[in-house]
Amino acid sequence: MTMIHIRLNGDPHPLEAGTHLVQLIEQLGLTGRRIAVEINEEIVPKSQHAQTPLAEGDQVEVVHAIGGG
Amino acid sequence: MTVAGREFSSRLLVGTGKYKDFDETGAAIAESGADVVTFAVRRTNLGQDAEAPNLLDAVSPQRYTLLPNTAGCYTAKDAVRTCRLARELLDGHNLVKLEVLGDDHTLYPNVVETLKAAETLLADGFDVMVYTSDDPIVARELEAMGCCAIMPLGSLIGSGHGIQNPHNVRLIVEQSSVPVLVDAGIGTASDAAMAMELGCDGVLLNTAIAHARDPLRMARAMKLAVEAGRDAFLAGRMPRRQNADPSSPFAGRINS
Repeated sequence: MTMIHIRLNGDPHPLEAGTHLVQLIEQLGLTGRRIAVEINEEIVPKSQHAQTPLAEGDQVEVVHAIGGG
Repeated sequence: MTVAGREFSSRLLVGTGKYKDFDETGAAIAESGADVVTFAVRRTNLGQDAEAPNLLDAVSPQRYTLLPNTAGCYTAKDAVRTCRLARELLDGHNLVKLEVLGDDHTLYPNVVETLKAAETLLADGFDVMVYTSDDPIVARELEAMGCCAIMPLGSLIGSGHGIQNPHNVRLIVEQSSVPVLVDAGIGTASDAAMAMELGCDGVLLNTAIAHARDPLRMARAMKLAVEAGRDAFLAGRMPRRQNADPSSPFAGRINS
């Protein structure tokens, strides 16, 4: 199995090559949660999570709403 | 109050930070009567229990108008990214509170970066409510660019020092044709009333409620203060006088 490495919320994260964003979200237990995802500083809309493959070196940010003023 | 074509019945806008837990957050916000509720966008804690409660469970997007903020951003670039993430998070909702900070000691707005971020966000279709200094010239620039609400600080974020320069706030109110809200610095109910008596369209606060000994009671106090201040502004205060002026008539006193 070929592995790739992305940076996920700033930390190194190994992944099986060919993983799509929707699968990463599932692996993280975040399916159905209210989150937003950016890859390499570009938003990836929810509608495209299934079609978006992850590549070596991708910088992935997964964010959610928290308390703030 | 109408902001970017959206009608709100309450002139009090509240934050969701610094509460003990989501139950207290939800209860205090309900008590405040606010329609607009601001929140922050942060990295999801990965590996955390995915069933853990979420802010948006306590503060439902169906019940409130959610106003994502860019708190913690020190550059225009980070603020713009944060707004785009928020828009994705809220399924295209485009009303944001822009704040770009200068340093972590004062959290004072960096107006140069704020102007840059506002320009990009407005071009990208956002409705921008903008946190800024109490400088009327900067406020005028932000309005001219197309920001839908001008939100000068009363004093430093989280300081509770009230409105340090009411004269500047009044100048901003008098020159603006979009809503003006005091954002930051409100410490207690009289500060909120003062903002409204100066003619502001609304008040945005967080810590004054969250860090009160009894947040629910302070939430109610703020709601009433904003309403009272607005009525006092509309009623028009009496003129100040140098000397006393009796409220009971002189005529008809016994012994007169």
